[in-house]
Amino acid sequence: MSNNGRKIKSDWNLIGTPMRKVEGLDKSTGRALYTDDLVFPGMLHGKILRSPHPHARIVSIDTSSAEALDGVHGVVTGQDMPTTYGIIPWTPDEYPLCVDRVRYVGDGVAAVAAVDEDTALRALELIEVEYEELPAFFDPFEALEADGSTPYVHEPKKADWNGNVTKKVHLEFGEVDELMDGSDAVVEGEYFFEGSTHTAIEPHCAIGLWQAGGGFQRQDGESSGKLTVWSATQVPHYLHRELARVLEVDQAHVRVLQPLVGGAFGGKSEPFDLEFCVAKLSMITGRPVKILYTREEVFYAHRGRHPFHMKYRTGATAAGKLTSVDAEIVLDGGAYASFGLVTTYYAGQLLCAPYEMPAYRFDSTRVYTNKPACGPKRGHGSVQPRFAFEVQIDKLSERLDLDPIEFRRLNFIGSNTRTINELRVTSNGFMECLESVERESAWKDRFRKLPFGCGLGVAGSTYITGTNYPIYPNDMPQSGVQMQVDRSGRVAVFSGASEIGQGCDSMVAYIAAEELGVPLDYVRVLRGDTDFTPVDLGAYSSRVTFMVGNAAIDAARKLRGMVQEAVAEEWDVKPGEVLLAGGLALWAPDTERQMHVKEAFNLAEAKFGTLGSTGSYNTPKDVHGEYRGATIGASPAYSFTAHVAEVEVDVETGIVDVKKIWVAHDCGRALNPVLVEGQMEGSAYMGFGEALMEEQVFKDAEHGRAGLHDAPSLLDYRIPTSLDTPELQSLIVESIDPEGPYGAKEAGEGPLHPSIPAIANAIYDAVGVRMDRLPFSPPNVWRALEAAREADTLRKPILNPGAGAPTSTPELVPGD
Amino acid sequence: MLRLPPFRYHRPATVAQAIEVMGEHAGDAMFVAGGTDLIPNMKHRLFEPGHLVALKGIEELRGVRIDDGHLRIGAAETISHVASNPEVLNRFPALADAAGHIAGPQLRNSGTIGGNLCLDTRCTYYNQTAFWREALGYCLKKDGDVCHVIRVGKKCVAAHSADTPPVLMTLDAVATLVGPDGQRSVPVRDFFVADGIVNSRRAPDEIVTELRIPLASAERKQAYAKLRVRKSIDFPLLTVAIAADLDGDGTVRSIEGVVTALGSRPHVLTGWGDVAVGRRLDDQVVDELAERAHKQCHPLENMIVDHEWRRAMVPVYVRRALEKLGAA
Repeated sequence: MSNNGRKIKSDWNLIGTPMRKVEGLDKSTGRALYTDDLVFPGMLHGKILRSPHPHARIVSIDTSSAEALDGVHGVVTGQDMPTTYGIIPWTPDEYPLCVDRVRYVGDGVAAVAAVDEDTALRALELIEVEYEELPAFFDPFEALEADGSTPYVHEPKKADWNGNVTKKVHLEFGEVDELMDGSDAVVEGEYFFEGSTHTAIEPHCAIGLWQAGGGFQRQDGESSGKLTVWSATQVPHYLHRELARVLEVDQAHVRVLQPLVGGAFGGKSEPFDLEFCVAKLSMITGRPVKILYTREEVFYAHRGRHPFHMKYRTGATAAGKLTSVDAEIVLDGGAYASFGLVTTYYAGQLLCAPYEMPAYRFDSTRVYTNKPACGPKRGHGSVQPRFAFEVQIDKLSERLDLDPIEFRRLNFIGSNTRTINELRVTSNGFMECLESVERESAWKDRFRKLPFGCGLGVAGSTYITGTNYPIYPNDMPQSGVQMQVDRSGRVAVFSGASEIGQGCDSMVAYIAAEELGVPLDYVRVLRGDTDFTPVDLGAYSSRVTFMVGNAAIDAARKLRGMVQEAVAEEWDVKPGEVLLAGGLALWAPDTERQMHVKEAFNLAEAKFGTLGSTGSYNTPKDVHGEYRGATIGASPAYSFTAHVAEVEVDVETGIVDVKKIWVAHDCGRALNPVLVEGQMEGSAYMGFGEALMEEQVFKDAEHGRAGLHDAPSLLDYRIPTSLDTPELQSLIVESIDPEGPYGAKEAGEGPLHPSIPAIANAIYDAVGVRMDRLPFSPPNVWRALEAAREADTLRKPILNPGAGAPTSTPELVPGD
Repeated sequence: MLRLPPFRYHRPATVAQAIEVMGEHAGDAMFVAGGTDLIPNMKHRLFEPGHLVALKGIEELRGVRIDDGHLRIGAAETISHVASNPEVLNRFPALADAAGHIAGPQLRNSGTIGGNLCLDTRCTYYNQTAFWREALGYCLKKDGDVCHVIRVGKKCVAAHSADTPPVLMTLDAVATLVGPDGQRSVPVRDFFVADGIVNSRRAPDEIVTELRIPLASAERKQAYAKLRVRKSIDFPLLTVAIAADLDGDGTVRSIEGVVTALGSRPHVLTGWGDVAVGRRLDDQVVDELAERAHKQCHPLENMIVDHEWRRAMVPVYVRRALEKLGAA
């Protein structure tokens, strides 16, 4: 049911009501501590020397002058950490600092620790690096055609392979060609999604502290020390593992702490050079070392959205049922693999809902180029194909004279079903999402009926609620939570979840308060420290509410059971009749019988001893097929979204004014509707920014120097200001997932997807011009408008429902 | 965060003191007012003066007042004050409009009208970090010998990117400059030269102390239009300032248009009088004026935004500015 922001009747006291974020006051008053706020006695400041070349062999590095500079305490180069790493265990292709080759402008070569930043910067100038420049690859198609006559971006794993290819995936489900041939209408389109980056407000920052000796033993028995790293990361657990492996320190002697993080969006979801450098420099100098990226370095670290070159063929029957989908995708990966193996799969795997596809084939290839590495950005790997596909559907609907919302309804895949690629779908509120945006936007009265220049567009999408499998294969839980209560009534929650602004600390606090009946301010969340919080795999793939939430419920209910039992014994009633709510223990049949929850906890402690519990969550394993790659894209639950965007196109300038986006999202259950709406609006905003202005692009040989970032600053890499941002209306849909905590699914990434195709489709409704390439920036739209003027096609499209669909042989619409 | 190079900060109380301090450190000092242009440029190592001489604390550089037939604006008045000053709003709405379109609120609170006049030219190959420019191989304007925009010759084409000067030009504003050799007046119209490296006639040891706008200019119909991608923060991709004297029946007595954010100085559109004087600003005249502007304006690839689109926007924005002017 849709609550549209109103409180719905609920079995819960707190869950489903608007609540504060537990760290909200600290953040709004400036008290909150981020990594760069931390200062330690004797702390040194580090800087990283970066390659000015897109592709070059390192001939020699001379650091002697830098080391001799007054105030410099340590210098490291790639030779000091000659172990490769990579977030995906099968593609470790990065060194903390380049050892023999640099692969993009900005690749790290050496690092310095000095008494202050200025001294460290002067030291960088004294490091002499001799490079032998190599031919470089910037265009993914040229990289694909490389024959090895010049060095590939990476050495091929086998002699006859193209070292520029990270991963190729080809998967086929059903009778693609037969069904395509038998379709009444086939639409063919070519799309390009430009790369974009995350622009989290906090640049990456890390502090390393090595404490030598202390009886800590290395695995090889040699006396060693203890390494502590504070980092603005989304993945403390994976960082913990990689620091230990690369720096050869026993994992038990490595501690990773995650202070509050000022946004991440996928841009901090793997180890980065600075984390290894602060650790190594501290091991060398014996002092704490901090490195804070400049904004420019954040653009080089990147790991943002891959540029996607996409070709789609989509077939349907005259009645508007999808028949077959055929996709060919080339991903421009940049210099390193990052999450690229997963991205290559996600590019195809995540398209198979919310519409039923009788047949589907995709061919997806990720290519290395000499540019900053691409990786996961909010809606990892699926935002780009979703853009293309939802525009394809718009084109098909028009060809079949069907309302595009009606077309989507006709193809709804349903709940409790399997997709063509065998992913299990449970709860599915997509139809309610469509209905909400249709109603709220007054779609039926306005689609194809607004004046020329004004338009409405619709799009839908789905997204995972966490990946079903961890990045490194293991059977342990994905998430763990530990809880204890003390004699004051205070509940301490030890949570490994990564608070990156999305509200996961609050989420576990709400659950503890709900289950144990304490006021919210009785809950203290202790978090982000691998020494004392249970493992959670990280804040990525929209997994945290579902997985950590279930773990928190597990832990809390174990404690609650003990408290109920102790109180029941005291009152001589059944444990199931004891309620914990509102700071009280109450007897359900007569709530006049009650005691303060603190007394209840004390009774339980007297009965059971010190009170604590652990809870964990692991995913169900029967939610995907058996073919190679079947597990990638598998998730315990899927969220669903529909958007309607309203635009006004200035036909003289190409400036698109997005006036409003209606965002309907099935999040399962909104544990706190305020935070859900925040995620929905933030997602729609981010998609809108990518749609209209964001471009992570590079100079070419005719413009300065090939491979040089076009504009690594927030002045020139434009993201929308508040004045540019459209009105956003959030419409929460609650399908109550059978396995989610209280029925919750994700809300952090799914609601981004439809923004972009909804805007593209709205532009078409406004002026009859298809925008198949991102971004829809004023110059790009102006060029499309000029072409339409030239071809005399610049006009309001006409809705002709019921005119009847073509029944003859399928007609390809090239360039449609 | 990018670091500033080390410098000594001087806070003179008077213009005379400021000029004296500047003289003491000749060649190694720069004036700074709001700092919204200079400080980022210093972080980019485009300027590394050993001394900064601050102008914002000098009382005589402040104030907006009417005197001797002129509106006199102290050069250290903030952009915010200029944009919201009632005299400016009432008499010179195009100036208030232009000032209100500069950057964002925080920068307008810090930046000054004098600083806007003296804004350094901008270019995609210039306004970058030291690391980026090293990777590029530097450019003609700073540390290098090649212009990456035009790729031949020795002429820097960095773009004049300030919002208010085109308006000030159409209003016949005059800048007062004070230097070691005394005071002089330079019409804003003559203030700029076509050299992207240093695009003004102000000597490094001269201070712009004041802008004077004849009150008679308030009789003119005025309009300002700015092309940018975002509705805030962005430098102009194109600006058009127009002022016209009209008879009671709308017949044009005189008209002037200035376009900027193309080359190194604002461009006064030529031939406009021939088209419009003696006629009303009807659609036909507007189209002819826009066409004249289009022919004269050739944006370069000194900004990252599509220069062909910027060129195509010249007649559009001229037309829109003229419509605004007609409605004023």
